Amino acid sequence: MTETLVRAHQEQWARMVATLARRFGDLDLAEEAAAEAFATAVERWAVDGVPPNPGGWLTTTANRKAIDRIRRESKRDSLYREALMLSDVDPPEPLGAIDDDRLRLIFTCCHPALAMEARVALTLRMVGGLTVPEIARSFLVQESTMGQRITRAKAKIAAARIPYRVPSPHDLPARTTGVLAVLFLVFNEGYLATGPDTDPVRPGLTAEAIRLTRLVRTLLPEDGEVAGLLALMLLTEARRPARVAADGALVPLASQDRDAWDGALIDEGHRLVRERLASGAAPGRYQLLAAINAVHTDARDARDTSWPQVIALYDQLVRLDRSPIVALNRAVAVAEVDGPDVALASLDALGDALDGYHAFHATRAELLRRVDRRVESRAAYDRAIALAGNTAETAFLARRRDELRAT
Amino acid sequence: MQYFVSVIDHRTSSGTAEEAVAIDEFNDKLRTGGHWVFAGGLAAPETSTVIDGRGEAPIFTDGPFVESKEHIAGFWIIDAPDLDAALALMAEGSRACNRRVEVRPFLR
Repeated sequence: MTETLVRAHQEQWARMVATLARRFGDLDLAEEAAAEAFATAVERWAVDGVPPNPGGWLTTTANRKAIDRIRRESKRDSLYREALMLSDVDPPEPLGAIDDDRLRLIFTCCHPALAMEARVALTLRMVGGLTVPEIARSFLVQESTMGQRITRAKAKIAAARIPYRVPSPHDLPARTTGVLAVLFLVFNEGYLATGPDTDPVRPGLTAEAIRLTRLVRTLLPEDGEVAGLLALMLLTEARRPARVAADGALVPLASQDRDAWDGALIDEGHRLVRERLASGAAPGRYQLLAAINAVHTDARDARDTSWPQVIALYDQLVRLDRSPIVALNRAVAVAEVDGPDVALASLDALGDALDGYHAFHATRAELLRRVDRRVESRAAYDRAIALAGNTAETAFLARRRDELRAT
Repeated sequence: MQYFVSVIDHRTSSGTAEEAVAIDEFNDKLRTGGHWVFAGGLAAPETSTVIDGRGEAPIFTDGPFVESKEHIAGFWIIDAPDLDAALALMAEGSRACNRRVEVRPFLR
């Protein structure tokens, strides 16, 4: 029964909240009715057994819960709601309309007028179906803080009348980019979890980000960047089993046990990257990042990595994204082709912009080490350790620094 | 649905002739589209007077009630079906008046 419930929750939650929100015009009500329906299922299914059509049972129950709640509270605009309830208590759902509802829900939760942290929290709650305590734990904030964040966001949506709809074709690309930024942030917080004394990886968040990105891909199958982000996540997630050593330290890409990588995820990621290449359309940021990760996961041995291909992809990326972080990552590939001295020279220009970024100092430390500038290298490791927020990264950097001291 | 749009500025009486022309054009667009409710520019914050009328006799003090680097230099009240429409309109408004603006819904 529990397994059926978990599966029903994964499959039905977003659909239920999305349809209820459209029907009753109230996100708060939609969320509570869906949650109550699942709570009722926990009780009833244990006694009566699982109904033949769990999804239908849950939808009907959630609709009843919503109507009960409106009657109980007889809200100030009850006339309007009464009309809604009378006109179609169980309207037949045309095929496709349900998908549109879930897209509406996603675009509303990721609306640019909401603060980024509110978008993340709202998306995980309303679309992902995570509970407030689960989301609070994932982001290391108090439950009450996370609860308020979600409540405030819902209040703004209602008060400022953020519309519940899929953006116009003109706004769609920019708004989709906004949705992908939210999903990528969730993934990264799972993959490179920050905070002292916390697990370096939170697989719950990476899995949730992948699940939500798969959903968006089902709803927007033509969007190349959605496919690109999904591929990027899969190819990154595939390496997770090899990424943290038994002692809790990060294992860099070159030293990872490639047999421990998840072959099925890599295959799926490569398939998506090939599909995008075959489309002939100019790739966006996520597609290029996915392609770079495809090159890395293509090599059975780190020494077989096609670095010139990686550099060529970064050159394309630099044209789209002038961020110094892209330039930093390109320098890592340059070191493999042209040597650490050339790479170090290209880092000099980035020092002002990236002085507060741990990966800049970690990269410099590794490159300085390779050219035997040990004192400078140690200083760079110290800076990186002071700035890094991920426990596995800190452990790795401290070990590298101490190796320099010992020899 | 009505929205209050504040124009954010850090100087006073800083509007230029070009901006005035652009604002007029934008206002015409608001009227044609049925979005216009009201708009106006405001004199410097230092010209304001704060009134506390809660006691027996009203107390008048020299304003503004809050000192800040930035202030509201003017405002629009617009009518739009939802926030997306309001944001799209006022992105143009911000360009026309050449300043940042803040869109805030009225209570319903």
